[in-house]
Amino acid sequence: MSNGAILPLRLAEVSFAAGGRTIIDRVSLEIETGPSTIILGANGAGKSVLMRLMHGLLEPSTGRIDWNAPERLGAPRKQAMVFQRPVMLRRSAYANVAYALKLAGIQEPKRGVLVRESLESVGLSHLARRSARVLSGGEQQRLALARAWALHPEVLFLDEPTASLDPSATREIESVIKAFDAAGTKVVMATHNLGQARRLGDEILFLNQGRLVERAPVGQFFSKPQSAQADAFIKGELPWT
Amino acid sequence: MSEALIAALALLVGLDAKLVEIVVLSLRVSLSAVAIAALLGLPLGAAIAVGRFPGRQTVIVVLNALMGLPPVVVGLLVYLLLSRAGPLGALGILFTPSAMVVAQTILILPIIAALSRQAIEDAWREYEEQLRSLGAGRMSAALTLLWDTRFSLLTTILAGFGRAAAEVGAVMIVGGNIDGVTRVMTTTIALETSKGDVPLALGLGMILIAIVIAVNAAAYLTKELAQRRYG
Amino acid sequence: MSRRLLLSVALLAALPALAQEKFIVVASTTSTEQSGLFGYLLPIFQKKTGIQVRVVALGSGQALDLGRRGDADVVFVHARSAEEKFLAEGHGVRRFDVMYNDFVLIGPRADPAKISGGRDILDALKKIKAASAPFVSRGDRSGTHIAELDLWKLAGIDIATEKRPWYRDTGQGMGPALNTAAAMNAYILADRGTWISFKNRGELAIAVEGDKRLFNQYGVMLVNPAKHPNVKTDLGQAFVAWVISPEGQKTIAEYKIGGKQLFFPNAK
Repeated sequence: MSNGAILPLRLAEVSFAAGGRTIIDRVSLEIETGPSTIILGANGAGKSVLMRLMHGLLEPSTGRIDWNAPERLGAPRKQAMVFQRPVMLRRSAYANVAYALKLAGIQEPKRGVLVRESLESVGLSHLARRSARVLSGGEQQRLALARAWALHPEVLFLDEPTASLDPSATREIESVIKAFDAAGTKVVMATHNLGQARRLGDEILFLNQGRLVERAPVGQFFSKPQSAQADAFIKGELPWT
Repeated sequence: MSEALIAALALLVGLDAKLVEIVVLSLRVSLSAVAIAALLGLPLGAAIAVGRFPGRQTVIVVLNALMGLPPVVVGLLVYLLLSRAGPLGALGILFTPSAMVVAQTILILPIIAALSRQAIEDAWREYEEQLRSLGAGRMSAALTLLWDTRFSLLTTILAGFGRAAAEVGAVMIVGGNIDGVTRVMTTTIALETSKGDVPLALGLGMILIAIVIAVNAAAYLTKELAQRRYG
Repeated sequence: MSRRLLLSVALLAALPALAQEKFIVVASTTSTEQSGLFGYLLPIFQKKTGIQVRVVALGSGQALDLGRRGDADVVFVHARSAEEKFLAEGHGVRRFDVMYNDFVLIGPRADPAKISGGRDILDALKKIKAASAPFVSRGDRSGTHIAELDLWKLAGIDIATEKRPWYRDTGQGMGPALNTAAAMNAYILADRGTWISFKNRGELAIAVEGDKRLFNQYGVMLVNPAKHPNVKTDLGQAFVAWVISPEGQKTIAEYKIGGKQLFFPNAK
């Protein structure tokens, strides 16, 4: 009996167009378990759209997106996503995490245990009863991570999770992501921040104007970029698109 | 005018039996109407807000337009419905408080549905991606949003109540302004004023204004409290 | 909204009403109600019979229309010709005379038409037209309005075409029309009952009274259960019978405002 693992994820000749513009242009790739994958690119390269296509929030205009095992409707989701800006309900931090678990059909007392564990793992236990929307940006983003992780998803998508945060909050988030990665969750993260990519990534997928231009282990990508665009990007010379 | 004012205050302070009876009936009718309208209108607003169906834009425009239904017109239509000569005459509720509740419910249902639709649609715009990411279906999302926007919705309900309590056209026609049975604050004010008999009208007018002010204050405070506690 | 849902909501809302004492709906006129007669008469009737009488007060024409739709059990108005028509159409069972009161011609103390103290209503109306003095009409198909139109006709004036700026057709009840007349210092035909209890007189006073043509006859009819099966026949008949009985008639005569009797019982 298959364990229902949803990875690997395969994209075949996926394109996405909107408003007359082609935003993702014939991307084919495979996401496997294991190494954390960074989707790197300039603003406007199409990273966010690609993330949403993979996560299932958008339908491709052409091409196929296939997971190893299709997700059953009504079963707990095996993939989760953290967005650039955290979106919290008008409830306590605890209740926000509990909400996600409730959606997945997880009952008490297991639910309470998972909520407390995940809050603990991001260092927010002391703010559990606080109203989520009055927390600071960094705290809310950590809460979003806790919520995403509480379900122990197989894949964790992160769309520029620290783009709106200050450096200290960014460090906190990065350490949490590293911990999840170490615990076995597949991390797929979009960023335009070179330093962050180097700190967190095992492999780089470089996106430029909707095309997958280069894919390499992190060390190799930064020391010996194969494409002119990657090279220009690393040097900071890539023009704004 | 000042002696009328003093007479009015005397009625208020002395809790004149007639005055109390009229105020209690008014509150019974309008509160019942707003309760039913909320029960029907909030889910309706939520369904339209998160739903995707052909003609959705038209429904929204029509719903918004119905907010401006003139009370007398509603009164006339409900009267024609409930009259013995009309389709629902067998119910026999014309000229009773029940008919007034029906008319006021119809009057404020569009207000509650349209305003809640707006509030929930705004929230949906903010939450849609996140909720879908967590695996929430449309119906589950609608329920979640109904609770999440509860403070805006409370304000909407207060607005509906205010409109019901202050209207006279609908309840006058379907209630018949019967002494001791269907006479409410607004219809009494109309009647007493037309008789040139002002103290009772003034007293009730003051109460009505006080209610309107209280309702608006409650709406304002709700918003403030919610913003501060929940962000 | 589905019909079933609407019905169950209405039924739920009607539950308290269903559990109530026996009552009838009587369609009558605003002037009768505002005179306070019902406030005096009905509690006595209710005490004697246990029947609650719910009065919906409109203009005579509208009250009869209520009867035509079957929304009232009894009609109690003062518009003879309209009542006869109602009866002829089969909506009423039988018409009984109940009582009469009278109309008075009200006018400003300044009296531009020079009719004050007169006892001839037709003469007064002619003088008002001659002087183009402001005149307020109810214009609402009420018994008073119909009586006013009949008087203009008797005076030989075709008021429909004669109307000039001095004749103001307001479409209002007696009270609001008196308010308007007081504000405009105009002449107006009013029933004595409403006038006596009217507080906002301004410069107005009685100009002409006592003319036999100003008498205002009231009639009562049970709405025809053959045409409207929902009519509460027994309760309605009890009311009609009481109102024309010696006891009812005595009670009507007893009703006074400021010591003056308003209504004169004349049931046969």
